[in-house]
Amino acid sequence: METQIHEIPTQNEQKKEAIIEINDLQKSFGKNDVLKGVNLKVFKGEDVVVLGRSGSGKSITIKCLVGLVKPDKGELKVFGEDIVNYNLEELNAVRVKIGFLFQSAALYDSMSVRQNLAFILQRHRKDLSAAEMKSEIMDVLESVGLEEAVDKMPSELSGGMKKRIGLARTLILKPEIILYDEPTTGLDTITSKEISDLILDIKHKRKTTSIIITHDMDCAKRTADRIVMLKDGVIHTEGTYDELAKSEDEWVNAFFK
Amino acid sequence: MIYATYNHYLNLIILIVYLKNKFEAIGDVTLFSWRFFKELFVPPYELKEFFKQCYIIGYKSLPLVVITGFIMGLVLTLQSRPTLVSFGAESWLPGMVGLSLIREIAPVITALICAGKISSGIGAELGSMKVTEQIDAMEVSAINPYNYLVVTRVLATTLMIPILVIFADAVGIFGGYVGMNIHSKITLYRYLAQVFDSLEFLDIIPATIKTFFFGFFVGMIGCYEGYNASNGTASVGRAANSAVVTASLIIFIIDMIAVQITDLFF
Repeated sequence: METQIHEIPTQNEQKKEAIIEINDLQKSFGKNDVLKGVNLKVFKGEDVVVLGRSGSGKSITIKCLVGLVKPDKGELKVFGEDIVNYNLEELNAVRVKIGFLFQSAALYDSMSVRQNLAFILQRHRKDLSAAEMKSEIMDVLESVGLEEAVDKMPSELSGGMKKRIGLARTLILKPEIILYDEPTTGLDTITSKEISDLILDIKHKRKTTSIIITHDMDCAKRTADRIVMLKDGVIHTEGTYDELAKSEDEWVNAFFK
Repeated sequence: MIYATYNHYLNLIILIVYLKNKFEAIGDVTLFSWRFFKELFVPPYELKEFFKQCYIIGYKSLPLVVITGFIMGLVLTLQSRPTLVSFGAESWLPGMVGLSLIREIAPVITALICAGKISSGIGAELGSMKVTEQIDAMEVSAINPYNYLVVTRVLATTLMIPILVIFADAVGIFGGYVGMNIHSKITLYRYLAQVFDSLEFLDIIPATIKTFFFGFFVGMIGCYEGYNASNGTASVGRAANSAVVTASLIIFIIDMIAVQITDLFF
């Protein structure tokens, strides 16, 4: 039995500004139809967690939002503008407002932590002096609690530290939207909790809107304002953690056991 | 009879699929290379990365190129000497060594060494960046990874390999001088005078021009293979290996074309 807990937006949601709007998003790789018509609205200041089995197209959905994957069909509205047919220049103007934390953190391994952060600032904040740039880097490292790692190389960092520095790199341009691709994967329970708390902290301090792809139910519980569940290339159901935890749908229930 | 016909058609289909894949690959490399010329003059100019690559590709390859160049000159002299002596033409040895090195051996061997060292290095580096999503990370940060990674490396190989070839020429000629002095006595001044007497300006120009093409393709093939590595660590090794094989083959093809053109016009 499929549940559709939030099928009709509440009056409150209708009044809120949808900062991301995905309509009928479809994507295939050869004969494999990954996304078969995803519809999703994310409202300003909201943290939406996307759950689903591996290979269900969760990461592809957020990669479409930053133009890393071109959808076959559908509409992707970010800040009210459909970005599907944007050229590179237009897409880049949107990308600077979106932070993306990769599953592997994707730190540039030939650069130190400082260089990883400066690499982006030097290209997008040319108005900053060297001292201001240094201060921005230290500020963002302070917000992830890793000022002491500024001169370390990525190979000297633990998995949790890499995720934090990856997060610092996404925050350096002060994005309005942050997309997290499995932020706690491969981390121990304590570090996973720290990362989940950091996500919440960033949301409260920076007033960001986020989509969090995860398999970690503890992370989902801590961070989600709303959870959407992806099954067979479409949104199967959505609701708050508590609502979904009580669902009678066997497939939904399997995630919350 | 039916079995033979079946086999004939099967071989034909395999050949067609093979050729189709090869033509597709050539098309992909051409488009990838065309993008280089489109983005070469588009800001931002990544000068710091370009100079870093010049240092890595040029300066760090210099010892290998110098040692190889010296051995090439020495061995070429020692191997050619007995034949020339038997014709009483030992005095032609410096000229022959200089001409062979400058026109053919130094450019091709240096380019092949660079294909092995530089092209594979670039292929592995970019391949590993691709599979660990570092290239995607640049893209989502609104930084053009092609401009930062490909343009700088290809430009550096295009400019550095001709310089490395000049070093290989010079050291190779000196290696020839050492080789001459193993069996007979000749002063450096006289040896060099004989080398440069037999050389014309037109020997140097086509040989130098082709080294720019060698450099371009050594960088471009390494970048293409790395940039297009599929996901998975095994593809990093494949990218490095494929970069060396393809770049080496292209060096020989360019050399063959260069010789034909030189024959036509010089």
